[in-house]
Parts: sequence; structure tokens; C-alpha cells
Amino acid sequence: MFGLQRKGRVALAAAALTVGVALVATGCAGGGSGGEATDGGDGGDASLSITMLPKNLGNPYFDTSTGGAELATEEFGGTFEEVGPTEATPTSQVQYIQTAAQQGAGGLIVSANDPEAICDALDEARSAGVKVVTFDSDTNPDCRDLFINQATAEGIAKVQVDLITEQIGDEGQIAILSASANATNQNAWIEMMEEELAANHPNVELVEVVYGDDDDQTSFDKTAALLQTYPELKGIVSPTTVGIAAAARYLSTSEYKGQVALTGLGTPNQMREYVEDGTVTAFALWNPADLGYLAAYAAQALITGEITGEEGDTFEAGELGTFEVGPDAGVLLGDPYEFNADNIGDFDF
Amino acid sequence: MTALTDAAPARTYKAHAKPAWRRVLLTRESAIIAILILVIVVALATVRNFDSPLTVTYLLRDIAPILLIALPMTLIIITEEIDLSVASIVGLSSVMTGILTQAGVPFPLAALVAVLVGTIAGAFNGFLITVVGLPSLAVTIGTLALFRGIAVGLLGTTAITEFPEEWTDLAKANLPGTPIPMIMIPFVVLAIIFAVVLHFTPFGRSLYAIGLSKEAAAFSGIDVGRTKFLLFVVSGAVSGFAGVYFTLLYSNARGDNAMGMELQVIAAVLLGGVSIFGGRGALHGVIAGVLLIGTLGSALRLASVSSDIINVITGLLLIVSVVSSSLLAWLQVRRASAIGKRKGRADASSDPS
Repeated sequence: MFGLQRKGRVALAAAALTVGVALVATGCAGGGSGGEATDGGDGGDASLSITMLPKNLGNPYFDTSTGGAELATEEFGGTFEEVGPTEATPTSQVQYIQTAAQQGAGGLIVSANDPEAICDALDEARSAGVKVVTFDSDTNPDCRDLFINQATAEGIAKVQVDLITEQIGDEGQIAILSASANATNQNAWIEMMEEELAANHPNVELVEVVYGDDDDQTSFDKTAALLQTYPELKGIVSPTTVGIAAAARYLSTSEYKGQVALTGLGTPNQMREYVEDGTVTAFALWNPADLGYLAAYAAQALITGEITGEEGDTFEAGELGTFEVGPDAGVLLGDPYEFNADNIGDFDF
Repeated sequence: MTALTDAAPARTYKAHAKPAWRRVLLTRESAIIAILILVIVVALATVRNFDSPLTVTYLLRDIAPILLIALPMTLIIITEEIDLSVASIVGLSSVMTGILTQAGVPFPLAALVAVLVGTIAGAFNGFLITVVGLPSLAVTIGTLALFRGIAVGLLGTTAITEFPEEWTDLAKANLPGTPIPMIMIPFVVLAIIFAVVLHFTPFGRSLYAIGLSKEAAAFSGIDVGRTKFLLFVVSGAVSGFAGVYFTLLYSNARGDNAMGMELQVIAAVLLGGVSIFGGRGALHGVIAGVLLIGTLGSALRLASVSSDIINVITGLLLIVSVVSSSLLAWLQVRRASAIGKRKGRADASSDPS
């Protein structure tokens, strides 16, 4: 216990100073604080305060969707805040959901790290009057008011078939570079692409589906093997962001550059250089900014009571137009978004 | 409750020159408790909605696993050892709870087995540390990866989310008529047991002795190996229990549950005044340390402060509190030696704890 009294005193003073400074610098500067404490909630009137909770902060994809949601919130005159964990772990979002409930947020827009782990917290938030909209990654349908779905499997399959057939002149051999042989969503898309090809593109032949396991090097090697096996090959479709980037990297330095078309699902930042150097003309995904924008308008429609989330409800989403609530309280953003040399410069994710 | 650290060697006459109330009030533990009260007062005055009963419920519910694990961790660090595998044991216990429940085992039995698995994991740590004689830092870094690997391997990336509702409701329930979660009952019971053992029994005093000098403790008849083994077993058991609670709280059994929690626990223990070099610390300080980190985070989140800034503040708080007490210790050594020289007594042997 030697000298603890002095130690304690200085430790107390120093730590108190730290906490004091921290609280004054942040707590009091933080929006919505500094006033008299209220009894939670905002009385009767619905508050258009929107809290955005992505899977994690510092992710360019979510930064883009947050930008969209913020723009929408400005348009309808609400207040906007983005919160979130630095790590995308299953339970890391719970405390942010609790905080939003305590702050009496009007609407909470979430991309769930786990469909189940945040359910109870969301239920508690909803019973405190918060409207919950999921986007990008859904929770169980019981735990939220609406889910903003970026694209349907049919839409994703169709856009890729349209792109590749257009790029090869609607005839010749194509191949698919998928993720892994047991990836549920990939297999569903491929099946639909095969049906679409058989139905509307009789002169296009799908010669093989190869799997790059969503591994960059494996996908790169599989692309090389495809081109050696099928000298007549005219196009490759890769419905995975890892695969399309690896295939583009192979093509861009090979003799096939510009000869063999490549399309699929990719992100602008990965694909930018390959679009600029002519390896790829167009590819698809969805626009995260539009996704966030729509989610914010959906939250607003719920808060104002314009919709309740019943199937068949319709609401306006600013520049994007009118949307209808589908089955399972889902709202579909629409067709996938095409990225090409003209618009790729507008995106950063 | 006073901090009865073991009787230090005969160099504390200066401390005894102060009245007893000052000795109690001006310890590091008291400093942390004072800061905790300060944070609560400032938050009540400035942060909107902080005064709602929900704050108490959410805060205690979320930090309960850290509170629980901090108890055995305090004892372990006092003996100058460390257990980094606690969060991995939480994950392992969570997975066991899930797998057994899914297989149709009645929940209480599944929970019991999960706690038992945690206990075995702790015994495995204890065996390697005390019987094989490896340093606990190395062993528990190894078992951190090992237990986590087993946990993730057993379930893969899937999660088990179906648990009996009466149990998940119990995990989230409050004491009737209060905002205090039920989980506080087992915590308070455990905290009292740990505090009594640490501060009011010969066994507790032997932990400080081991932390100050293993050799001296062994010479004075303390079975160092058995004592440490017991501590790691208890740490495993409590982590196992925390894993069951974690699973129920989030209705979610996953291999990666509580990832990184070991560092949150250790940070709170150190903030609570326990020396990483062993031999010093008290449980009330540790509990205040956990509550302080939790309350600060809760208040700052409510004030819309971003998570990275909250991390920076928590880190600074820990560093400032540790550095300020070390700095003081160093100053005291200097002053003592200066006084010694002036008095012509060059043997002023004061090594502060």
C-alpha cells in the first residue's frame, strides 16, 4: 500500500481530466445532447430521424449506400446519422440498435451481419417505436418492417445474359466462371441463365461452367485453362466479383484482350482499369447509392404512416419513383445496374 | 470494503503516517470508482436519454459476460499470470450449447455440459502451465487459437438460433420491478464469493504472495502449482457459464461469438487497478473498471460519438491511469532515495508496488 495516497490522487486527477475533456469534447458536441434529458421518445409526433447501421464502418460499398440514404433524408427534411461497429461480427451491431432505440430514432436502416443475432435487439427497438428497414442483408422477416432487396435472382441472371449476348453478337461459345460448386445463389443464377439462353438465344452455346472458388489465383488459372481448351470461345460470364476481376486481369495481359468478351457481376473500383483499357465493355451489379436512397424513403414512409409494410402498399421514393411492397414485406430496387465506360467514373466502391 | 493487499515488507511506515480514511479513499480503486461516479453524473447532466432505465438494462446485460470473466481474471493476474483463452472458451461453450440443444438434449443439461467443457478447457490450460511448467502467456495464446479453432470447426459458418424461449427470455429478463437484468444475480453471488476468497482468506493472501514472489511463496508453504491450476479451472468454468449466457442473450450459437473479448476483460481489469506484474489489485476496483468502460461507451454512443473515437478514449483512459500511477511510483522512488541520501542512509530500499 506504499504511497498509494499520492498515486491515487494523481491517477484520479489525470484520469478525471481525461474523462472530463473527452466528455466535454465529444458528448457535449454530439448532436442531440446537451439539452434537458427527456423521457425517451419524442412525444406523439413521428420524428424523421434516420439512423443508418451498415455491417461495418469504413467499407466503400456501405459508404456509397450511406451517401444515398443521406441524400434522401435531406430531400425529405429529416435528420441523418450513421453509426456502426468497426468489425462486422454477428453481435457487434446490437449495442448500436439499443442506442438508436434509446435515442428514440424514427427509423433504423440496417444491413445485418447475422440474420438472427440482432433480432431481439431489433424487436426491442420496434416496440420502442423505431421503424426498422433492412437492406443489402436481411434478417428474419419477423424482425423488421421492410427489406429493401437489391435485385432478384431473375434480374441478375437476365442482365448477365443480355450483356454477354449483346457483346458477342448473339452467337458463339460462352463459358461461365462461378465461385464454388455448392454456392447456392450462384447455382440458382446459372440455372436461370441456362434457361434464358435456351429460350431466347439459340445460337449461343454454353460450353462449360468452371469454378474458381472465389479465390483470385484459382479463378485466374481457370480463365487461362478455359481459353486454351476452347479456342473458339467468344465470351466469359463471371457472376462473382472475385472471378470477374481475376478473369479481367488474365485477359488484359493476354492475346485475347478485346477478342473474348467478359462480363458478370463486379464492383467499379475493381473493374475500372479493365474498362478503361478495353478488356471489359460493360458489367453489372446494383447501385448501392440507390439502395440506401430507397431504404431512407421506405423508412420515411413507415414513420409518417404512409405505409405499414403490408403487401401492395405503395410509396414514393424521390427521384427513383414509386415502389410497391411485395411478399414478405420486401421492396425490390429494380433491375441490376449496368456499369460501363460512360458511368464508371461516377462510382467509388 | 477495504483493499486488503497483503502486508508489504516493512517499508510502509510512511503510509501508516496517514489516517486510515485517507488510506482507503486515496487508492487507485477509489480513484476509478470516483471517475465512474463522475462519468455517470456528467452523462446524466449532458447526454440526452442517458437517464432512462433502459440504459441500465442494456449496459448491464451487454457487459455481464465481461463482468463475470473479470472475476477469475483478476485472481489470475494478481498471481502474475494471464489467461488469453477466455473469449475462445466462451465461443466453444456457445457452440456446445447450440449443438447439444439442436440434438434434443434438454437445455439445462446442455448448459451444464457447456460449462463442463469450459472447465475442462481451463484445466487443460492449468495442466500445461503448472504441470508442464510453460508460461501462461504462451499457453493461452496457443489455446486461444486452439479453442477458437475447435469452436469454429464444430459449427462451420452456420449458426444455431433455436433455443427454448423460457430460457432466452430468462437471460433477457429483469428483476421484477427494476431495470436490473436477472444475470446480475449469479454475478453478484460470484462477486461476493470471489471478493471474500481474495480479500478475507489465507488462500486469497497467498495469491498476492505468489504474485509478489513465487519463490518466497513456495518457501513459506504455499502450493503454487495447485493454486494456479485451480485458478485456471475456475476461469474456464466461469467463461463456460458466460458462453451459455451469451448464447441465450443473442439466441445465437456461433463459433466466432465473443471474438476479441479477452482483451476487453484484461483492459478492464488493468484499469481497475490490478498490476500486470502481479501482487496488487482489488475486486471492487475491477468491477468499477468494467462498469466505467461500459458506461463511458454507452454515454458516448448515446451522444452520437463514433465507435473509433470511443475506442481512442477508452485506450487513453487506460494508458493515463496506468502511466500516472507508474510515474508516481517512480517519483516516489526518487524522492525516497533523495531523502535517504540527505539523511546519510543510502539503504532506503523502497521498491513501490
